[in-house]
Amino acid sequence: MHQKTEYQPVFTGDQRRKLDEILTRYPNKQAALLPALWMVQDTHGWISQAAMAEVAEVLDLTAAHVEGVATFYTMFHKHPVGEHFIQVCTTSPCNVCGAEDVVAAFLQHTGCDELGATSPDGKFTVLEVECLGACGFATPVLIDDDFIDGVTPDMVPELVARYR
Amino acid sequence: MGYPHEPHPKETVLLSKYFGEQQTRTYDGWVERGGYKTLKMALSMDRQHIIDEVKESGLRGRGGAGFPAGVKWNFMPKERSGPHYLCCNADESEPGTFKDREIMRWTPHALIEGCAITQYAIQAEVCYIYIRGEFTEAIGIMERALAEAYDHGVLGQNAMGSGHQIDMFVHRGAGAYICGEETALMNSIEGKRGNPRIKPPFPATRGLFGMPTTINNVETLAAVPHIIERGSSWYKALSLSNPKSTGTKLFSVCGQVQKPGNYEVVMGFPLKELIYDLCGGMHRGRTLKACIPGGSSVPILNRDEAEACLLDYEGAQQVGTMLGSGGVIVFDDSADMVYQIMQLTHFYAHESCAQCTQCREGTAWITRILRRILAGEGESGDLGLLLELSEHLTGRTICPLADSCAAPVVSGINKFRDEFEAYIKGAKPATAAAV
Ligand SMILES: Cc1cc2nc3c(=O)[nH]c(=O)nc-3n(C[C@H](O)[C@H](O)[C@H](O)COP(=O)(O)O)c2cc1C
Ligand code: FES
Repeated sequence: MHQKTEYQPVFTGDQRRKLDEILTRYPNKQAALLPALWMVQDTHGWISQAAMAEVAEVLDLTAAHVEGVATFYTMFHKHPVGEHFIQVCTTSPCNVCGAEDVVAAFLQHTGCDELGATSPDGKFTVLEVECLGACGFATPVLIDDDFIDGVTPDMVPELVARYR
Repeated sequence: MGYPHEPHPKETVLLSKYFGEQQTRTYDGWVERGGYKTLKMALSMDRQHIIDEVKESGLRGRGGAGFPAGVKWNFMPKERSGPHYLCCNADESEPGTFKDREIMRWTPHALIEGCAITQYAIQAEVCYIYIRGEFTEAIGIMERALAEAYDHGVLGQNAMGSGHQIDMFVHRGAGAYICGEETALMNSIEGKRGNPRIKPPFPATRGLFGMPTTINNVETLAAVPHIIERGSSWYKALSLSNPKSTGTKLFSVCGQVQKPGNYEVVMGFPLKELIYDLCGGMHRGRTLKACIPGGSSVPILNRDEAEACLLDYEGAQQVGTMLGSGGVIVFDDSADMVYQIMQLTHFYAHESCAQCTQCREGTAWITRILRRILAGEGESGDLGLLLELSEHLTGRTICPLADSCAAPVVSGINKFRDEFEAYIKGAKPATAAAV
């Protein structure tokens, strides 16, 4: 992914101090890798090659190790995504309760052409995800960091409007 | 349960007593309800006595394997030659399971208390609570509760004035079912890819950061204060069928029932009563077709088996399945079993860590065959092939994720063969999902 603007480092000032505090929780620096990647994603919205290099630098790791880990975990975005990232559970228990209709409604109302694609206005990306650990509250949806239980297709227009 | 429904009279609420009560989330609310008294008491008890009580109580791991908790703790070295660790497994990603989320959301201090008692017993100064990355609300609640517990001196260098160090941190996962497997979880905390490790060495010998480690599920740890407070005999007496299964268990019921949710019952409770009484039965005009009683990794039951199943470790085994994590998935007669089984194998194919060839290739291959069958392009040898592939997934990999993929396939074909055959013969079954 080509970056037009220069990379803004994450671990300066307050963010650096926060990372230093996190480092005290573990006996070595490598253990702070997941927390550090989360901080990057919370700041930039995704994790670029430049960000991985920064993380490698601050934690004394190789860039290859950081990339290997960042690509293993599905919640880390390796490409930019829409301003709001919508994850809908479609695993079997939610599936039998109508999760696929919820996905269709999100695609329709966000204007996303397909799963994983960002809407033309750059606002939304919709993804089907595996079990969100809330199967009794079908269909659970995660919009950015907001976990919403019991979403039905008729709730979708209002939800999308709230984030638009 | 308490949330989202009032507790049913047939429930026995220990862990779920305060579900739905906002105040329990705060330190003050927890202390008002008698919280942290048991921890205070435990910190002056003999460590071995705590381990023996838990062993005597019969408490078994609620994360899936059902291993006796006290026995596991006893594997930890008694002489410390370096740090010991406790990992609380809050990865809760097994389809059908959503009980740990509610324990953390409503009673975070109950979990902290259980972890702290356990840490003291196994001499682990540090506990990491590994919470799946998607549980944003639970993570926030646990972090606030931990901050409060530190502020009130419950945790820290001198926990509750006992002179013992008890530290506890949340470690956020980032989307990987496999990190619920205990050795993958440790790798994840260490800042590595979540690949399971070969055992032995077992975690009690060489675990997190190479040091002696115990891993327990949220529900297991949350039960500990009750046992220490009221004694092992009291807990052991909570058993309706087999004396080897004791205590209460949260069953997360989901799928096609009237009132899905978490129900806490004594071990040995009939599955039939859980579905028809506590959960209000099936939707109008629908009948029970199939049930997976222990999270998606255990064999599927047909209606007769489900209605005969007693919910404890032995009872589940008797009808050919396992209690697993207690995630009860219910399907009614409108469910397309072939489609739902494909959904489940897709889950395992997606979540395979790709370390073992059989698992990486087998889970994906099975899913492709099922998709082909669903598309009306199945061949007469397909069911035999699926069973053969499942055989290759069973007992041959570093961790049992592959076995878990085989479970719904083998039991599904055995019990709902006609639905598979209908697809293969080109006649879509009446329940066919619109693919
Ligand atoms: C693929 C896989 C996924 C697992 N996921 C979880 C999980 O999400 N939560 C959990 O507590 N145990 C999970 N387990 C079981 C753990 O490996 C381990 O047995 C458990 O955390 C031990 O705690 P317990 O003895 O208190 O049950 C999983 C196991 C496997 C093989
Ligand atoms: S299956 Fe949807 S949350 Fe578990």
